[in-house]
Amino acid sequence: MTRFSAWNVLWQGITGQKGWTRQWRDPEPKSHYDVILVGGGLHGLATAYYLSKNHGVRSIAVLEKGWIGGGNAGRNTTIVRSNYTRPGNREFYEHSLTLWEELSHELNYNVMFSQRSHIALLHSPGAIDAAARGYNTMRLTGTPDAEIWDLDRLQQEVPHLNYASGARFPIMGAAVQKRAGTARHDAVAWGYARAADTRGVDIIQNCAVTGVERNGGRITALETSRGRITAGKVGFAVAGNTSRLWNMAGLGGLPIESHKLQAFVSEPLKPLLDQVVVFGMGGAHFYISQSDKGGMVFGGDLDWYKSYAQRGNLPIVQDVAEAAMSVMPCLGRVKLLRHWAGVVDMSMDGTHFICKTPLDNLYLNAGWNYGGFKATPAAGWWFADLIANGRPAPMIGNFDLKRFERGLQIDERGAGADPKLHG
Amino acid sequence: MIWITCPFCGPRDHAEFSYGGDGSIQYPALDAPVQDWHDAVFLRANICGVQTETWQHVHGCRMWLKVVRDTMTHEIHSVTPAHPGLAAVLEAEA
Ligand SMILES: Cc1cc2nc3c(=O)[nH]c(=O)nc-3n(C[C@H](O)[C@H](O)[C@H](O)COP(=O)(O)OP(=O)(O)OC[C@H]3O[C@@H](n4cnc5c(N)ncnc54)[C@H](O)[C@@H]3O)c2cc1C
Ligand SMILES: [Zn+2]
Repeated sequence: MTRFSAWNVLWQGITGQKGWTRQWRDPEPKSHYDVILVGGGLHGLATAYYLSKNHGVRSIAVLEKGWIGGGNAGRNTTIVRSNYTRPGNREFYEHSLTLWEELSHELNYNVMFSQRSHIALLHSPGAIDAAARGYNTMRLTGTPDAEIWDLDRLQQEVPHLNYASGARFPIMGAAVQKRAGTARHDAVAWGYARAADTRGVDIIQNCAVTGVERNGGRITALETSRGRITAGKVGFAVAGNTSRLWNMAGLGGLPIESHKLQAFVSEPLKPLLDQVVVFGMGGAHFYISQSDKGGMVFGGDLDWYKSYAQRGNLPIVQDVAEAAMSVMPCLGRVKLLRHWAGVVDMSMDGTHFICKTPLDNLYLNAGWNYGGFKATPAAGWWFADLIANGRPAPMIGNFDLKRFERGLQIDERGAGADPKLHG
Repeated sequence: MIWITCPFCGPRDHAEFSYGGDGSIQYPALDAPVQDWHDAVFLRANICGVQTETWQHVHGCRMWLKVVRDTMTHEIHSVTPAHPGLAAVLEAEA
């Protein structure tokens, strides 16, 4: 594998781009690994990397039933932010954001992390007060880049929004996180895969886990479409498919439901929107940014009913289009290029799990709702720490499955125990 | 698009309905141990395949319905009133 450097890029340019090698190997699965991660999404790949880098684990495999990054990793709207206010969440996501800031260097791979600001629109004096409370909490707890903008400032910075005073929900200001932004999701998957592979991790694609072999309270082996593989420790990082793996392991219910979320991209346009803009008001939810290729990338709410199908329904297409028109009417004649859906692991309180399980050597990474892209570096970092040390670090102490039994819900929205209401 | 055949109103677009959730949950008695309530409120089988779920016909008769649906193919196997007793009363009145 060739390292990327200015010199290398120049040299390959002069010599016809003929000298690049594979970015990661395509190994046959071995019969045993010390750690097997199920799921070659962002979290499985990042965990493999940090297990090797931070903890010196040598024998690691990532098993992916399709191709790496083919799940939610390659389907999300790529928003990265750390504007959380619940204890636990805010430290975790702030850690993730600081890891994002160095990620391209860390992986020797350009993940195109663009800290272009995340702008959440506010539509009432009450909403401005609530946002001020939240963003002050952020400033007091280690996230310095939280700001409230008034209408004048917002109009200067983002001129194309619908500022009509007669709008159903007139825009009155915005809550802004300036270090937030977007990254290129595929590059994050490929960057972690390449960096993990370089350190000896076996990334095995087209390898579906089909069964879990147990001896009492331990997993002994995984049955896969490419044969039986024994494991010292196993980590599940399969997002929307968590309950299916949980079933294979013979475990009971989980505080998770699988729902689908759609995303959309338009035909490429000249530069139009420099930031991530979010609109959330009553029943409407909409977020939008512009990719480096020029496509407007946007999304809205879940499809509202539980589903394992990676395809979206039409009423939500209409919903999202209506929200787009009310926030950025200038998009009215822009053509939609593609839209798709991903199956997301919605949790009971909207917060994730990085935790031990009822089985001694099984660890769980799940419950990311539709916010697990931004979590990738920290999720990998702390899941690796958990697997390597066999105990949760204080940072992830409350991200366990038992928190509801302790009466704790880490519920940013205050929506209650209904997975489809979180975001 | 999913079509749900409401036993009261006939076949309708799913956009007229609001999804409730897992319809197989049995809520424990009010004085049951906390653990039973925890399990009913917080744990889900999250079935991939045929499951029983609740929907409300919010833009129609507003009745709660029990729907048996495949969560992978979205095929609907049956739709029945969630409260058969109430349905019988309404029918008798009509
Ligand atoms: C439309 C959409 C928009 C989103 N927008 C954002 C956003 O703007 N910001 C944000 O932070 N988050 C966002 N998210 C959420 C984010 O994408 C996910 O939380 C995150 O990608 C989940 O982690 P992952 O990448 O590891 O999951 P995935 O990429 O889904 O990885 C799980 C992998 O497990 C594999 N797998 C499943 N079962 C098996 C098996 N039996 N054997 C082997 N492999 C298996 C799957 O094939 C899959 O590749 C969005 C999600 C969606 C769907
Ligand atoms: Zn009806």
